[in-house]
Amino acid sequence: MQRLRTVLVGAGMLLCATAARAESDLRPSGKLLLTEGVSDIEGAAGGGISTWAVITGYETRDGIGANVHATGIQLKDYQFRSWGAAVGFYDRLELSYAHQAFDTQGTGLKLGLGRNFTFGQDVYGAKVKLLGDAVYTQDSWVPQVAVGAQVKRADQGAVIGLLGGKDDTGVDWYVAATKVYLDESLVLSGAVRATKANQTGLLGFGGPNNDDYHAEFEGSAALLLTKRFAVGAEYRTKPNNLGLKEDDWATVFAAFAINKTLSITAAYVDLGEIATFKHQNGAYLSLQAGF
Amino acid sequence: MAALAAPASDHPPAFKIEHPSTQYPGEEEVADYKHDQANAGTAPFEGDRMWKAFHEQAGVDHVVDETVDRSLADPRISDIFKSHDMVRLRRTLKEQFCYILGGGCTYSGRDMKAVHKDMGLQNTDFNALVEHLQVAMDHEKIGFRDQNRFLAKLAPMQGTGVVER
Repeated sequence: MQRLRTVLVGAGMLLCATAARAESDLRPSGKLLLTEGVSDIEGAAGGGISTWAVITGYETRDGIGANVHATGIQLKDYQFRSWGAAVGFYDRLELSYAHQAFDTQGTGLKLGLGRNFTFGQDVYGAKVKLLGDAVYTQDSWVPQVAVGAQVKRADQGAVIGLLGGKDDTGVDWYVAATKVYLDESLVLSGAVRATKANQTGLLGFGGPNNDDYHAEFEGSAALLLTKRFAVGAEYRTKPNNLGLKEDDWATVFAAFAINKTLSITAAYVDLGEIATFKHQNGAYLSLQAGF
Repeated sequence: MAALAAPASDHPPAFKIEHPSTQYPGEEEVADYKHDQANAGTAPFEGDRMWKAFHEQAGVDHVVDETVDRSLADPRISDIFKSHDMVRLRRTLKEQFCYILGGGCTYSGRDMKAVHKDMGLQNTDFNALVEHLQVAMDHEKIGFRDQNRFLAKLAPMQGTGVVER
């Protein structure tokens, strides 16, 4: 828990830093609260575990927006942490970075890796909005559609090799569609991801079962209850390359926009079996600051 | 200090009526245009449920007046309204909201493209106005889901000439 606390305190400091917003010639702030999504665990604008087609930040096509985030998930036998930043350019292009840490905590001893053995990963993302607008085009069924790539580099190549992982680097490709149904106060989003990643890449890419790209699905539904508060659920399917059992992920979440700068997301997550330890359920907490 | 001249005002003179409208005294006459309910930019809600949800004419009057007042006080967008006939704007906005909400009003204004022509509006301006509208609807205690239903009618106007491409 100590490290989780450190990450969250660090995030708090970042939040304060970004709260003092710099003046610029670009037009400040545009989109409706929460319609930009939050930062997902891979650093892109989305739900918590699913990527959306929206571009991060509250900026419109006339400006540049950005976000920093810190996320902690305490599971039954492990702890997951991530932090990162994303910049949205003119509501068209999003560039993001996230660092993920998967801390085996006491479980590391049982796995023979040592206490607090931590799998880490850097995720560099780019997302381009292709067409549509999630919010404005309420008179059309066409969603906002974006394509993206995430370059991932895991940092425990030797252990990944022992587990049967073919590679410690990989690239995910995805296409995402997101629509805000304002007359129902509902947000629906879905994405198809071509990936070889084991546990999003923390356990490497490819394995003895399979070393080809697989199409996986991630989706979310969120209900806007007030201007600042939304609740929802997510689902993400995963490949099973390593032969260790890898389950689909699911969450139920609540997101609260304190104001246009700060938001907080809390969730209950079910990440299934991870590295032979079953029923990895737990609590997810994410802080985000942006403009 | 007393010797200093009064600083030049940041605000140009308020809108002056030069050619009073014969139909609406207190408003400037506008050039002829085709009167059409379709000028409102969207079809109205069916039935009177939304009209009631917005507390009918009194509610719409409050919402429009507060939205306009807040916009005039917002340095991000207040310049847009300088040298505009705000009497006419308030009247036609109230007509438009009433028409869309199923209140049975006749919208007598011009279409959205003509009204916003050459104003150089950006999405940010549109969204700033929506923010003020949301606050005004909150103050009128209009339910959040009904607010969003109404915004769903207004949102597509962003792409129909209100905002410049």
